[in-house]
Amino acid sequence: MTKVNHFSQEERERYSRHFVLPQFGESAQQNLLQSRVAVVGAGGLGCPVLQYLVAAGVGHIAIFDHDNVSLSNLQRQILYTAADLNQPKAQVAAEKLRALNQHVQIDSFVNQLIASNALGLLKGFQLIIDCTDNFPTRYLLNDASVLLDIPLIHASIYRYEGQVAVFNYQRSANYRDLYPLPPRPEAVTNCEEGGVLGALAGIIGSIQANEAIKVLAGIGDPLVNRLLVFDSLTMESQIIQIANKNERKNILGLIDYDDFCNAPKKTTDMKEVTVQELKALKDSKANFQLIDVREPHEFDICNLDGELIPQAEIPHNVDKIAKDKQVVIHCRSGARSGNMVKWLESNHGFTNLYNLKGGILAWAKEIDTSMPTY
Amino acid sequence: MELKIKTFGAARDMMGGKEVVIKINGTNVCDLRKTLVATYPALADLRSLLIAVNQQYAEDSQQLKETDEIALIPPVSGG
Repeated sequence: MTKVNHFSQEERERYSRHFVLPQFGESAQQNLLQSRVAVVGAGGLGCPVLQYLVAAGVGHIAIFDHDNVSLSNLQRQILYTAADLNQPKAQVAAEKLRALNQHVQIDSFVNQLIASNALGLLKGFQLIIDCTDNFPTRYLLNDASVLLDIPLIHASIYRYEGQVAVFNYQRSANYRDLYPLPPRPEAVTNCEEGGVLGALAGIIGSIQANEAIKVLAGIGDPLVNRLLVFDSLTMESQIIQIANKNERKNILGLIDYDDFCNAPKKTTDMKEVTVQELKALKDSKANFQLIDVREPHEFDICNLDGELIPQAEIPHNVDKIAKDKQVVIHCRSGARSGNMVKWLESNHGFTNLYNLKGGILAWAKEIDTSMPTY
Repeated sequence: MELKIKTFGAARDMMGGKEVVIKINGTNVCDLRKTLVATYPALADLRSLLIAVNQQYAEDSQQLKETDEIALIPPVSGG
């Protein structure tokens, strides 16, 4: 039997907008009060999620984050101020949230959730909320949610887009049903590299908090077996029906998620040049071709006077790539250009291609330190 | 047949636009997948590429029509 709490006068006033809400009322508020929720990640998504859940009166919230507040966080992580720089996020967040609602028990964990501790730390929660920023932790939380039989509120953001879903709700589809394998690390950029609109984190985090409250309170139709995809540039959203492929049967225990998400690429003997070698080529006015496979907006920030052919355009512009002299291909860090070298070698028989090791970032670090980077 | 495809996440960068028209040889989702990877080789590195047809998760065997609303939704990790 769960203990029924009687709301104080202060609580009745505090939650009065919930109490008068059709389908919500005192019983749903009671459900929130008796809930234990783990919020993993107190960043762009975690901040709004935590604020709304604490404000709403979820009884017990654990915040997991092993990062400190940094200046570039303040563009979207609205719990923090400049006075919090270099402080542990989980602790700063907990302190501010306690001031918002003293009825909520808030615990903070500054240790990283990893395969060896996740099941122990997450056991006993009614809900896990994934506000993390990397694939290894996302797969870790998904698998832990399945193994512990705890629903998972998933959200993720990228540039102007967001995704939200409720996984493993009464054995519904989970993250692996949607995405069985993580992308190769070099194929995707994170928020640090790809950018993210600050307000988007607020929108998607708020939707995530809303789904959490629905599940805890037992109201509405949560995004079960469905994925919400939102594009803030066009304000278009889609809800995709997800197939439950019973991937859960393959989740037998936690694994090494860094290893799982770093599946090595089939290696060929790709040729490389260093930035020093490229500088020597340029200085000696050697007869070679330099191709930049980044996007035009990246080219505008900084460039090496190469020919701009964004990676998606390469297949349509193979004829622009010389076969009779040395060709150096570069991008930001060397990942995309490496892929293009391998693709051109295996699909078009090139033998004269060289990847610029470390990309334009290495050039900015080692040759021209005045070059703007991103 | 010619298909109009909405792109999301990293697929948008790889395919160079939020809506791309592509001609495929064949009639089902598997044929579309093959043409996509042949035209935009970087897509293969996403490994899990969700193709939604008319807002439903599409299996490889699903038959396509030119009027179908197709979306390519790779995973994103930011938070």
